[in-house]
Amino acid sequence: MPAETPAAAGFDLDRPWQLHPQVSVRPERFGALLYHFGTRRLSFLKSPALLTVVSSLGEASSARAACELAGVRPAELPAYATALATLASSQMIRVREAIA
Amino acid sequence: MTLPLVEQFAYGLDAPICLTWELTYACNLSCVHCLSSSGRRDPRELSTAECQAVIDELERMQVFYVNIGGGEPTVRPDFWNLVDYATAHHVGVKFSTNGVKVTPEIARRLAASDYVDVQISLDGATAGINDAVRGPGSYATALRAMENLAAAGFAGFKISVVVTRQNAGQLDEFKAIADRFGAQLRLTRLRPSGRGADVWDELHPTAAQQRELYDWLVTHGEQVLTGDSFFHLAAFGDPLPGLNLCGAGRVVCLIDPVGDVYACPFAIHDSFLAGNVRGPGGFTAVWRESELFADLRRPQTGGACHSCSAYDACRGGCMAAKFFTGLPLDGPDPECVKGHGELALSAVSGLSAPAPRPSGDHSHRTAPRRPVPVTIGLRPPVSPPDRACDESPLAGLSPGPAGLIRPV
Repeated sequence: MPAETPAAAGFDLDRPWQLHPQVSVRPERFGALLYHFGTRRLSFLKSPALLTVVSSLGEASSARAACELAGVRPAELPAYATALATLASSQMIRVREAIA
Repeated sequence: MTLPLVEQFAYGLDAPICLTWELTYACNLSCVHCLSSSGRRDPRELSTAECQAVIDELERMQVFYVNIGGGEPTVRPDFWNLVDYATAHHVGVKFSTNGVKVTPEIARRLAASDYVDVQISLDGATAGINDAVRGPGSYATALRAMENLAAAGFAGFKISVVVTRQNAGQLDEFKAIADRFGAQLRLTRLRPSGRGADVWDELHPTAAQQRELYDWLVTHGEQVLTGDSFFHLAAFGDPLPGLNLCGAGRVVCLIDPVGDVYACPFAIHDSFLAGNVRGPGGFTAVWRESELFADLRRPQTGGACHSCSAYDACRGGCMAAKFFTGLPLDGPDPECVKGHGELALSAVSGLSAPAPRPSGDHSHRTAPRRPVPVTIGLRPPVSPPDRACDESPLAGLSPGPAGLIRPV
């Protein structure tokens, strides 16, 4: 089981990220539910905008680019970085080149 | 998005997050507390094709996984095929078993899949305490299954314990067994459901044991799973990990072996029957259109509990526990940690109307119900049956910082 690491600190917005291949995403009115079949963890995305970001991670050149594509304003970026860091710490998303 | 997540869940989702599916009422054991009163197969059981049709629906609804139980689900001849069918259709499977069919071969097969999780039921850390509830030989069967899983390299399978007055003092020993096999311990609450209604008075933990259990759970945090079943203990202080919300009909439900859909696995009674998967529109229609589920998704007032300082923490506790002990649904849980449950129970005990009985009974006719012996270890062989106890599917959603929920 992955250790709970504190969110936020040190999420690299400029690297390419992707949804973990074992993660299933289900859109909901409030955003989305995520389920990781490897860790058997549930997570959720608190807004449809965050879902747009997460869904486009795999094609975007970086997490920052995915945020821009989704219309995230610069002032909102830190909050999105925090959310993405939490997702990374639970292995819901991972750096794209690190394909194990 | 403007509502807190817990409220989003309280108002219901278009599809359950996960659900419990009891595949058969047949069981080789006869556990005294079986929540589905299992034993004999029901001739109306869903066929293989009907089960596959349900799985197809769950795939369309994007239900992440099903908690399969029974009865003993592995005694269905098509069980392993249905597991493969579900995982091939992107529906993960966690199944509960007493271990009877978990041979070394099966264990290797299970270990090879990322989409299957196994839960072995064990209700005593020693054979004496376990077998008094689950039947002679059941401890050895469970331990053999665990050995087979561990030998096959299945890391992190679950050992599922229903906490009772007899085993509440064995929590450290249960943890040691789980550690020995590289498994994860899962503790769940005893409900007065099914045959559990007959033994609840003698088996449910005492008030002092509830306090010790709460402290133990707080100490062990996320290492130990609870299926979110102890949210009534949140009234002691800090909430336990999880949503601390009754998910019945909101984010979880039960499909029973004949296709009946109930609000929760612990509420097999006509009052909580929402429909049947064989009806027009199938499971989807039941989930989205049943009047019962619509009712459960309406805001709850708290009733008699509303003025209690702990209501925000415990939300009045477990609907099924109240119902089958004869308490009003909008009042305290029978195991209310503030003591309101005991008062309420004593108030209803003098009434002429008895508590409602579970609707179905598939108990083995050769294994008449008996009271639980007070002296552990001296119980005469009660014949078999059990069921893969339990599954409170709302397993652990906890609205953390950016939406981390915990493992189920």
